Amino acid sequence: MYNIIISGVGGQGILSIAFVIDQAALAEGLYFLQSEVHGMSQRGGAVESHLRLSETEIFSPLIPLGEADLILSVEPLEALRYFSFLKPEGTVISSRTPYVNIPDYPPLEEVFREIKKVRESWLIEAGQLAKQAGSMRAENMVVLGAASRYLPLHEDNLKKFIRVLFQSKGEKVVETNLKAFDLGRQAAESQS
Amino acid sequence: MEKVVLLGDEAVALGAIHSGLTAAYSYPGTPASEIMEFLIRQSAGGKNFVAKWCVNEKVATEEALGVSFAGQRAMVSFKHVGLNVAADPFINAAITGANGGLVIVTADDPGFHSSQNEQDNRFYADFAHLLCFEPSSHQEAYDQTREAFDLSEKFGLPVMIRLVTRLAHSRAPVAVGEPRGKNQGFKYGYGPDWTLLPANARRRYGDLLQKQKDLQSYAEECRFNQFSPPEPGQRLGVVASGLAASYFREVVNRLETRPAFLKISTYPFPQKKLLELIDQVDEILVIEEGYPFLERFIRGVTGLPGKVIKGKMDGTLPASGELRPEIVARVLGLPVRNGVSLGDFKLPARPPQLCPGCPHADTFKALNEALQGYERGNVFSDIGCYTLGALPPYRAIQSCVCMGASVSMAKGGAEAGVYPSVAVIGDSTFAHSGITPLLDAVYSQTDMTVVILDNSTVAMTGAQPSFGTGQPLDRMLVGLGVSPEHIRVITPLPRNHQLNVGIIKEELAYHGLSVIIARRECIQILGNK
Repeated sequence: MYNIIISGVGGQGILSIAFVIDQAALAEGLYFLQSEVHGMSQRGGAVESHLRLSETEIFSPLIPLGEADLILSVEPLEALRYFSFLKPEGTVISSRTPYVNIPDYPPLEEVFREIKKVRESWLIEAGQLAKQAGSMRAENMVVLGAASRYLPLHEDNLKKFIRVLFQSKGEKVVETNLKAFDLGRQAAESQS
Repeated sequence: MEKVVLLGDEAVALGAIHSGLTAAYSYPGTPASEIMEFLIRQSAGGKNFVAKWCVNEKVATEEALGVSFAGQRAMVSFKHVGLNVAADPFINAAITGANGGLVIVTADDPGFHSSQNEQDNRFYADFAHLLCFEPSSHQEAYDQTREAFDLSEKFGLPVMIRLVTRLAHSRAPVAVGEPRGKNQGFKYGYGPDWTLLPANARRRYGDLLQKQKDLQSYAEECRFNQFSPPEPGQRLGVVASGLAASYFREVVNRLETRPAFLKISTYPFPQKKLLELIDQVDEILVIEEGYPFLERFIRGVTGLPGKVIKGKMDGTLPASGELRPEIVARVLGLPVRNGVSLGDFKLPARPPQLCPGCPHADTFKALNEALQGYERGNVFSDIGCYTLGALPPYRAIQSCVCMGASVSMAKGGAEAGVYPSVAVIGDSTFAHSGITPLLDAVYSQTDMTVVILDNSTVAMTGAQPSFGTGQPLDRMLVGLGVSPEHIRVITPLPRNHQLNVGIIKEELAYHGLSVIIARRECIQILGNK
């Protein structure tokens, strides 16, 4: 069983990350169960998706407390929100780029310091890399790219379904998102 | 068999399509909206089957009943509170019975994710004497929907399906079967059965009562209700329904000896299977998502002599909120892991909020300013994105109860001395349930001001079409009898702020009924164009 919490703020493309991982898991013959948030919370609020991958049947759509292997966050403060789900030996991969839409957003250095307390944690310049790839909206794919070597899935399959996800928006959008994925992956590799 | 990745909502929708659906109706509401969204996408603009948003849940249910009368298969779906709106046709459709298969889907929201309550609609199925499925997985959501259509025709009754948020809004692969065609050859329902004059209704209610034993024997044998005896030495029995059964199955392998287990996914619940479980154990743990529905039956008035019953009613499980796997693990005495602690770090909440550039924000700012200086006023509001106007920085509204209640409450408030008595309601909510109370206010010439936030869509649930927007809304208001000089239209934009404050002030000062339409398209829709 591999348990992932994907987090961020409504509108940051959390469900797009989940779509790519789900489809790749299906292609690789894994069981998966993925819970997501619709409705009210999507309006600029905290949004999370629980995603579980396994070689055997999965029953609970929710990850139990303390049993997430990975927190994959498109926003640093939102990574912290789900720490109670994280195994002490688990991994955090988060964007460094804050989304400030609340008056009491803590000092960013404090947020980073908390994330860094987890031994396996990586902060990615997702905003900057997304811009470099061609669109600020591709932060989610940067983070997915950074996390890709931790996922029990093949990189080729992930990229295949990034293509599927964005193909209706045209080749340029597909290329931007694939580039964002690659930049994220490289950034994580250069840190380790 | 082919596997398709589906939300729980979509598994129900695809199950209906594969059952030979002729028509489906709904009103948007989280967590049920994705059922109709999926159906509309698959309907090919109505070529394959009818899939339509309706003005409200009562209308949707009655339209589905009309399809059933005509011998065709119909489904209606909505969030749990939608069944309150549709309760009248729902209860009475059990008495008329169904002709073509009629399936009613309700998505309950334990945990109040997007709702004003966490009512458990299994009580409604029981109240109406109808069969109800409660799927425990995506596969069951699909399979039970198919079964529901067949059973509806077999028993001549509507069948209910109860989803909960976590199933409705999670995604998993589902194995799908061969689609079945639509019902062939129109055969209308038998008129006297469908005409609930007291003499007919008495007879039909008698028929419904007669069918109860058939429903009961179906549920006893139903493959979705499963009993497994305890392993030797184990004196605990677990009764768990729907998704709760899946939480139990998640953790059961960690127990040294397996308890007796009765998984319930079909109601009326299987009484014989329950008695079989009770016979083999000393302690019974009832786990269910929602209210203690089964637990109340099992406890009865006197409990079970010599047995201990545990569940929500004795505090073993939380009485409110959603179940979680670790809650079930803890109750079974299993250790629960600790995650990573944040120590002293204070994590601020990030509540949902109105989008940057939202027209409602400009309306609330203007309304707040216009109301300054009044001491006995109140703003009654309604259900939609604009309910977020209750939160800072706006703090502009003081009520949110149920669809349309803003207008009726403003009238009641005005009659009890509230001045200014203001209702704030969205365009779609107005069409859903605001028109009738406004007609009431017109008739009484009530001194109140209704603000209709016309953003041209059902924004909160994902931009479904609104039935009361634009010019038709203006004409509707005149048609209802609102005085044309007191129907005012404002454009909520920062640059119009002073102008809008002035208009609102004029109408607040007017001692009669006014309607102000704050008209500007939802920023989300605009962004997607």
